[in-house]
Amino acid sequence: MKKLLSLLPLCAAIGIGIAGWWGLNPNRDPGAIPSVLIDKPVPVFELSDVAGTGTPGLATQDLLMSQEPILVNVFASWCLPCRAEHAVLARMVREEDLNLVGINYKDKPATAAKWLAELGNPYSRIGSDQTGRAGIEWGISGVPETFIVGPGGKVIFRHVGPISSDAALAKIRGALAVARKDKP
Amino acid sequence: MIPELGQFALTLALITAVVQGVLPIWGASLNNALWMRSATSTASLQFVLIAIAFGALMRSFVVSDFTVLNVVENSNSLKPMLFKVAGTWGSHEGSLLLWTLILALFGAAVAVLGRNIPTGLKARTLSVQAWISIGFLSFMLFTSNPFDRVFPAPLDGNDLNPLLQDVGLAMHPPLLYIGYVGFSIVFSFAVAALIEGRVDPAWARWVRPWTLAAWVALTGGIALGSWWAYYELGWGGWWFWDPVENVSFMPWLLGTALLHSAIVTEKRGAFKSWTILLAILTFSLSLLGTFIVRSGLLTSVHAFAVDPERGIYILGLLTVSIGGSLTLYAARVHKMEPGGLFAPISREGGLLLNNLLLTLATATVLFGTLYPLFLEGLTGDKISVGPPFFNTSFIPIMLPLVLIMGIGPFLSWKRADLAGIISRLKWVILIAGISALVVWYIQTKGPALAVIAMAIAVWLLLATLREWSSRIRLGQVELTESLDRLRRVPRAAHGMTMAHAGLAVCMFGFVGSSAWKSEEVLFVQPGKLVQIAGFDVTFEGVEQVQGPNYTASVGKLSVMRNGRPVTILRPERRSYPVAQSQTTEAAIRSTPAGDLYASITEPVNQEIEGQWTLRILYEPLVGFVWFGSLMLVFGGLLSLSDRRLRVGAPKRKARSASLPIAAE
Repeated sequence: MKKLLSLLPLCAAIGIGIAGWWGLNPNRDPGAIPSVLIDKPVPVFELSDVAGTGTPGLATQDLLMSQEPILVNVFASWCLPCRAEHAVLARMVREEDLNLVGINYKDKPATAAKWLAELGNPYSRIGSDQTGRAGIEWGISGVPETFIVGPGGKVIFRHVGPISSDAALAKIRGALAVARKDKP
Repeated sequence: MIPELGQFALTLALITAVVQGVLPIWGASLNNALWMRSATSTASLQFVLIAIAFGALMRSFVVSDFTVLNVVENSNSLKPMLFKVAGTWGSHEGSLLLWTLILALFGAAVAVLGRNIPTGLKARTLSVQAWISIGFLSFMLFTSNPFDRVFPAPLDGNDLNPLLQDVGLAMHPPLLYIGYVGFSIVFSFAVAALIEGRVDPAWARWVRPWTLAAWVALTGGIALGSWWAYYELGWGGWWFWDPVENVSFMPWLLGTALLHSAIVTEKRGAFKSWTILLAILTFSLSLLGTFIVRSGLLTSVHAFAVDPERGIYILGLLTVSIGGSLTLYAARVHKMEPGGLFAPISREGGLLLNNLLLTLATATVLFGTLYPLFLEGLTGDKISVGPPFFNTSFIPIMLPLVLIMGIGPFLSWKRADLAGIISRLKWVILIAGISALVVWYIQTKGPALAVIAMAIAVWLLLATLREWSSRIRLGQVELTESLDRLRRVPRAAHGMTMAHAGLAVCMFGFVGSSAWKSEEVLFVQPGKLVQIAGFDVTFEGVEQVQGPNYTASVGKLSVMRNGRPVTILRPERRSYPVAQSQTTEAAIRSTPAGDLYASITEPVNQEIEGQWTLRILYEPLVGFVWFGSLMLVFGGLLSLSDRRLRVGAPKRKARSASLPIAAE
């Protein structure tokens, strides 16, 4: 018995060592954790409009008052995957009666306006986050990134990267369906 | 030339360490006195060589030698001199060199100061210490050389991360490392004892001052780090249960347990195998911390340069050192005979409970820190464990510990009279009870646990003072006789009183600032009035100020209370152009009752002219966190200065464990 007990620390150390060995796998990204905002109210932020788009700006208040789920998409004209994603989002808005708002992350208003004029503007509101401050509040790790805010302003889903693959689209649709069901 | 000298010194240090790792321990098994004694000179030489390397790197930083890659990446010619110096340990390579320097410093200190340690034990201890050194020196030379050159040399460097350009943080790593690495010598002592197969009270007495020294430094380092986070990061918190904070906290918790269990081994010859195990585990947790911080295994806000190759190297190091020592432990521990018997209610019983609770608390923190990794490995789910887990699991373990801390010092060895002690403490119990009611009356908001914790803190403070006053018989005899006793009581006893009272003082700060904090975060324009905790704070505006290597926006907040001006707060937001980053300098008005804390961040948006994000907090009692920490450090130093711990340490007596040593 005592002999077994004295082996206990060694066994625990081996367990931790194996986990550490596994954790060093270079394909693993320890930073990729889901948003801490999930199930929390949207962060406090206030962004003015992107000059030249004619679309109103975005603030916390706009997300709190909605009765329908809102898709919050963080994008920038300098980001190539955003361009790919843009077509998918535009189609969703056109065909599925979806409220899409944007946070224009660290972008020049003139370039962003030109980009939207060229590709079309599916956003009902766009906040201009030139300093990246709102991005920090939302805890984004890069663009593009998309959040689903449920009725009442609770963050219920986060997707990192472009919504361009079928798998990503299916996840977003699933989360939207759940969000529509649990109305307050 | 100088960097090459540093490189050369480092290589020589590795060779010296190999000699120190082999010769003395071999000599000990052959009983060759000359080989054993060689450890004294090799340990000293190793320290001198690493110090030369460290000096060479520091010189490269001081003169801004941009042919050295490490200097380019972490310094800049415009940086103030203090931070050029501190830049030496601001990077992965430099901090590793500091690590190794301190490792060698402790080895050399034992070699030079430990004259009364038996030759065999000393030789084995220094050999084990040298093996740790070999691991780290080769790690540095093979994967993270601080002296790598760069060609062509750039005109200027990238600057040290501005967050690190702060006096508090510049001083924080050396202190933390002395603590972290100081436990290595205790580890070496433990492994040497296992090799010898002998642990006795004299062994515990040799180990205790080193444990205490490391513990004092670690306490100071952790406190300094949390103070830095408090005023520099601008969020108004001092502890976040971040993995990197946890990995420094775990050795502290277990080191505290070791400090107490070594007393039992020293005074009563009991807890031998347990003390050995704690000595091994405490340093193992320091090593595990190094692994976690430098391999990027877990996400942390403090992540160091992440490199899987380094991670694998450290893991190998861990496997050899931790795996080896624990295997040795499992093989040898049965040979240690158990020590003296004791009743459940006794000083030994109290310290056993102390050890169990501290170990449980450490296990909880370890579990919470590694749980995301385990879960991801087993199920693929990624989660992060945050303050809610730690607060709900850690606090319920620590509160009973604090409760028994009040009684512990009253307990006598072998068998104690609990009823008698309680009756001596009846006034303390009464006052603690009343203080709970008073706290509840003043602060009805906040959790009930906070009120209980406050009462427990009062209990610990008063019980500790009661024990101290009865020790010098204050009020029972003439004052002059009490003062005379005050001088004669061993300093270690005063140290214990100071440290226990310090923890009670810390608790006032922990509870006050976390349970009754008020916080306002809002967008403001000049002229905006904010009311918080009875203060009227007006945001007057922002002006631009030019610093040595930054520009700052300085906000002006005039603070009034009941219509009278109290103070003007000037929180800053600094921009460092070279490093392209920004820092927050909070403005804090501190009083014993609490801190009024303000920080600002840049305009939310350039289009909304003049809008600032203002964070104002009122943190009741928060200053007690650091005042109490200072008391802990001072208490430790007081014990360390006790003559009995340094001079006249006993000659190793043949297993006379239960000889009458005066109870502390």
